[in-house]
Amino acid sequence: MSTTQADLPTALRPRLLGRAVVNTVVGISVLYTLLPALWLLLAAMKNRDALSRSDVLSLGGYSFVQNLGDLFRIDGGLYGRWYINSLLYAVLGAAISALVSVACGYAFDKYQFRHKEKLFGLVLAAVMVPQTVLALPLYLMASGTGLVNTFWSVFIPVLFNPFGVYLGRIFSQGYVPDEVLAAARVDGAGELAMYVRVALPMLGPGLVTVFLFQLTAIWNNFFLPMVMLSDHNLYPVSLGLYIWNSSATVSPEYYPVVIMGSLLAVLPLIVAFVLLQRFWRSGLTAGAVK
Amino acid sequence: MTTTASPESAFRATTVAPATGSRATTRRRERAACGVLMAPFFVLLVAVFLIPVATAVWLSFFGEDRPGLGFGPESTIFVGLRSYAVVFTDPTFLAALGTIAGYCLLYIPLMVVGALALALMLDSGAARLRSWAQLALFLPHAVPGIIAAIIWLYLYTPGLSPVVALLAKADLTVDFLGVHAVVPAIVNIALWSNLGYNMVIFYAALQAVPREVVEASVVDGAGPVRTALRVKTPLIHSSIVMVVMFSLIWALQLFTEPMLLSQSSPMISARFSPSMYIYDAAFTRNNYGLAAAASVILLLCTIGLSYGVTRWSNRAGARAEAKA
Repeated sequence: MSTTQADLPTALRPRLLGRAVVNTVVGISVLYTLLPALWLLLAAMKNRDALSRSDVLSLGGYSFVQNLGDLFRIDGGLYGRWYINSLLYAVLGAAISALVSVACGYAFDKYQFRHKEKLFGLVLAAVMVPQTVLALPLYLMASGTGLVNTFWSVFIPVLFNPFGVYLGRIFSQGYVPDEVLAAARVDGAGELAMYVRVALPMLGPGLVTVFLFQLTAIWNNFFLPMVMLSDHNLYPVSLGLYIWNSSATVSPEYYPVVIMGSLLAVLPLIVAFVLLQRFWRSGLTAGAVK
Repeated sequence: MTTTASPESAFRATTVAPATGSRATTRRRERAACGVLMAPFFVLLVAVFLIPVATAVWLSFFGEDRPGLGFGPESTIFVGLRSYAVVFTDPTFLAALGTIAGYCLLYIPLMVVGALALALMLDSGAARLRSWAQLALFLPHAVPGIIAAIIWLYLYTPGLSPVVALLAKADLTVDFLGVHAVVPAIVNIALWSNLGYNMVIFYAALQAVPREVVEASVVDGAGPVRTALRVKTPLIHSSIVMVVMFSLIWALQLFTEPMLLSQSSPMISARFSPSMYIYDAAFTRNNYGLAAAASVILLLCTIGLSYGVTRWSNRAGARAEAKA
């Protein structure tokens, strides 16, 4: 994957000065991205006094367990509810969304029909449309059907992932050779059975990539829940922390729980990204090829 | 490689002469399967995309009317372009457009140049601990936007922030949430969140640049900087366009970060960005016509700018090819 120092042509081997500059710039950039995350980690361990003295770096004033306990106690354990809600919206939503999008992308790749490219153009156009444009009509539709302020009002719209269809088509081109399908047809496999048994296993990495993209998107989702939900018990973590943060400006006892809550809310995505590293890397490349 | 028929022709051959059944039944079965695979997505496309967009356009031409000096029963009437006229003469909307334009002009060049520079440096072979650096740079992408905003809000807040405290020791007072700094403060949050993500996209594209091309440029006497800027960068042109396009679409929707910062900064009004204007019009003022008109304007801006980026990239691509 990465070329080692030794096999680079000699002339390309950077001079000492250039190397120092490069390493300094990369080092500063790494500090820029890491330090705020580190601050979150340290601040989550501190009690309110240490926080308000701005000295998260000093020793002492630790109250990690206390903060963690407070987080799940405050407002009747609402944070646990939010966390479960977020997991449900994100994991379930991303899984269904990935299956739906990749199946459609596969069909776009392997079957011929009239106006195919026009239809695909429509899918690509949908990538461009801002969430905020759709929010008001979606809200009116949800209130018309009585779905507003329910689980479904947030869950259904996030299943729609046009970029996943685009990726699905690219992965299908790359991973599922037409010869394999032709052979399966000769063996008398039905079209759908062939998709499930032959194509889907080959599309595995692509499926995981699309899943991961959508997982991040849903975990990040803020605008839609804010528009749709008024019942605090249905909130995802993002919206809950927003509400708590606004309470913190009036009652500072919320600061430690907002910080601790933020820290816990970051963990699932980090775990997912680390575990599924090789998949999303290939996904990014595929997206960048076109 | 052995000479086999191309995938296309092999596929067509089996379609024409299947093992079982006549050609017509195979076609029908294929069409049915294709329909089944596509149906779930297209149901969603219609329900949560086409109908909402159509509704937004429709709503923007209608308004609430109360006859009898506002005491009569409410009714919805066709108002033509009146909502658009109201939006375009509303100074708060124009200010929001100005804010977003300034934000994009600051954010997108910084983001693209920064991510590209980092990717080229990591690709040059001069950087140490390359994969660790990549992982560290990518980390903020796993932090949800609202939490990135919370972290930075606290780092901007005097009394909580070690940064502000440190600057105070050096006799510097920076009001990060004051009138001049608020847009750069939001740009910083967005940069922090997305720099590593876009760097990984560029880096992946750079990995695909053929080694022979790089070696040839070295033979021609180009140094590492020249090779990076004149040889590698043009070769990942399509990735750059993609990143510009997605950053632009994303930036135009700016909502989460200013919404959160507005809790602590009087400099951010409820109509700071176009998306906040839409939210305010729809859910605070309950003026659906106004919100819909603003939505359609935002949509047209997005489409127009995306089209502009595509045109610009095609021309730039043609120029690059002409040069080569």
